[in-house]
Amino acid sequence: MTGLSFDIAHLLAGSLVLISLLMLYQDRLTALINVFAAQAVALALSVAWQAHAQGAPHLYVTAFLALALKAIIIPVALQRIIKRLGIHRELDQAVGIGPAMLAGVALVGLALVVMLGVAPEADRIAREDLAFALSVVLLGLLMMITRRNAVGLVVGFMSLENGLVLAATGARGMPLVVEISVAFSVLIAFIVIGVFLFRIRERFETVDVAALDRFRGERA
Amino acid sequence: MNLDAFVAILGIPALAAAALALIPGYRLSAGLNVAASAATLAAAASLFLVRPPGGLYLRVDDLSVVFIVLSAFVGLTTSVFSASYIAHEVEIGRLTPARLRFYHAMYQVLMFAMNLGLIANNIGLMWVAIELATLTTVMMVAIYRTHEAIEAAWKYFILGSVGIALALFGTILVYVAAQPVVGEGLPGMVWTRLIAAAHGMDPALLNLAFVFLMLGYGTKVGLAPLHAWLPDAHAEGPTPISAVLSGLLLNVALYAVLRFKMLLAANPGAVAPGPLMIAMGLVTLIFAAFMIYRRRDIKRMFAYSSIEHMGVIAFAFGMGGPLANFAGLLHMTMHSLTKSAIFFNVGHIAQAKGTQTIADIRGLTVTHPALGWMLTAGVMAIAGLPPFGIFTSEFLLVSSTFARQPLLAVPLVFGLIVAFGALLMRLQSVAFGEPSPGTARVSASYLPILGHLALVLAAGVFFPPAITQWFQHVARLLG
Repeated sequence: MTGLSFDIAHLLAGSLVLISLLMLYQDRLTALINVFAAQAVALALSVAWQAHAQGAPHLYVTAFLALALKAIIIPVALQRIIKRLGIHRELDQAVGIGPAMLAGVALVGLALVVMLGVAPEADRIAREDLAFALSVVLLGLLMMITRRNAVGLVVGFMSLENGLVLAATGARGMPLVVEISVAFSVLIAFIVIGVFLFRIRERFETVDVAALDRFRGERA
Repeated sequence: MNLDAFVAILGIPALAAAALALIPGYRLSAGLNVAASAATLAAAASLFLVRPPGGLYLRVDDLSVVFIVLSAFVGLTTSVFSASYIAHEVEIGRLTPARLRFYHAMYQVLMFAMNLGLIANNIGLMWVAIELATLTTVMMVAIYRTHEAIEAAWKYFILGSVGIALALFGTILVYVAAQPVVGEGLPGMVWTRLIAAAHGMDPALLNLAFVFLMLGYGTKVGLAPLHAWLPDAHAEGPTPISAVLSGLLLNVALYAVLRFKMLLAANPGAVAPGPLMIAMGLVTLIFAAFMIYRRRDIKRMFAYSSIEHMGVIAFAFGMGGPLANFAGLLHMTMHSLTKSAIFFNVGHIAQAKGTQTIADIRGLTVTHPALGWMLTAGVMAIAGLPPFGIFTSEFLLVSSTFARQPLLAVPLVFGLIVAFGALLMRLQSVAFGEPSPGTARVSASYLPILGHLALVLAAGVFFPPAITQWFQHVARLLG
């Protein structure tokens, strides 16, 4: 991968990091979910570009999964959940925006130092891609810590997972990427269902599963 | 495809899971569950005699055989225990028929996932298997649908997911390190090729990968400070699942850590992974030992005891060398057998007394002599008293540590003694105190408990030379 092709891959991967930082200071859940959907679109573009540049058509499956599931289905489902639970206007930040942003910038710096510092003579492109991916992973972890709400936690985790997909597709010729991304999608689908069960129980304080049965049709 | 042991080990649980999802009636499904587990054990045992040739995806070696056979054996005894445990749960209406079907199917899916993780020759496949095992156990922990159970499952889910996410990042880093040496595509994730080419990989990348893998899979092993999911998941789920979690799933995660430790050890430039494992092991051991004192819930207490023992095992493998590795393997085997026996026992006790609160369970040797005395034996074994097998492994570990690193032996012995005191203090009131109400008879299945305890006792008194040789061989493999 050289020249323009490399620059485009770089631009797309970098935009994921930027959107991760954007997510850090969203204090409303609806806005947070919208920004997450934007990150998923960026991820899908980035993976699709890798598929094109590496000549690896199976990666288009991963790109499509990212687009369909994480940019459309899950954000829509989460928006409906928070609307139903009446928490769409709630503020959700356990840590102030200033400290969170500072910590985020520090983590991105750490990721760059760690990844670019290890044996600089080896494959530079993969390394820079990994540095971006590690930044997204660390920012996702930070997001999970700074959110109080279960929905915010899930969005943080999914953003962390975006970083993993970025890393896996950036590693040239990595096998099983599609399988792993499918396995992860299943995991995420379960987490979303879990939020559903968990939050509803918390909301209505009932041990009667029949109360949950009404919502079954909503499972994404 | 030939009908070899791989097909059997993976196929039997998979088919059984599909069948169990359809069969109503718990008697039939519990029976089928036992039968499938027995068949899996037979297939696993056949690996001792005939070993199918490994491929790019699956393979067994001397290390994995130990884990597979142990896992299939405990899987079988747990299914026997589960049959009587579940019968009681159905009687008191805690489990509906639909959830029971789900439970049995999930049990076999879990066995499938663990076997797949153990025979995988591919680090990506191993990751997928451990993820699948996590998902199934999360669903089993939540099966009672109480507020506490769902909260425990949620906590397990989030921590476990972060753990496997970090492990995946480590796996990707290993591939990136391997790619220039092994080549692009599938071979870059195949275990046998990785280990053969490990000396040529970039050591800095491997070091970084190991940090992620250790943290990621370490979460699943239950190493402090990432252990928080473990006590909740053990306490709120059905007891057979507590037994399988403690006895097997922790081992599978540990197996993954050991595999990558071997990879690092094969690279001369990489840092020695030992000190990291020793440090995490010791912190885990001492922390968990103190936590045992303060537990009010009996299953939670034994969950902390599992964390403590995983700390000991991580310490042993971190020390490395033939003797410490031998002690680690022996300790892992003995811990799996003893802890699952204790959980079987505790499951029946909780059903008889209708509570898991330690303060409300007293004088068991009077009200339920068989269960009470077996619990006493189990706790004595897990606390490390002779003549049980755990004493042997702890003695080996402590003496070899004293010989090599006397200073490290001090915190090790300290942690073991603290845990010992805590367990015996609790045992005192649970087994011998003033009897508490609740004398209901339980139709307990004593066979699995007695079988496990007998094996642990036998290992402490007389260890067959054949198994000793096998373990010594594996210990040398581990470096």
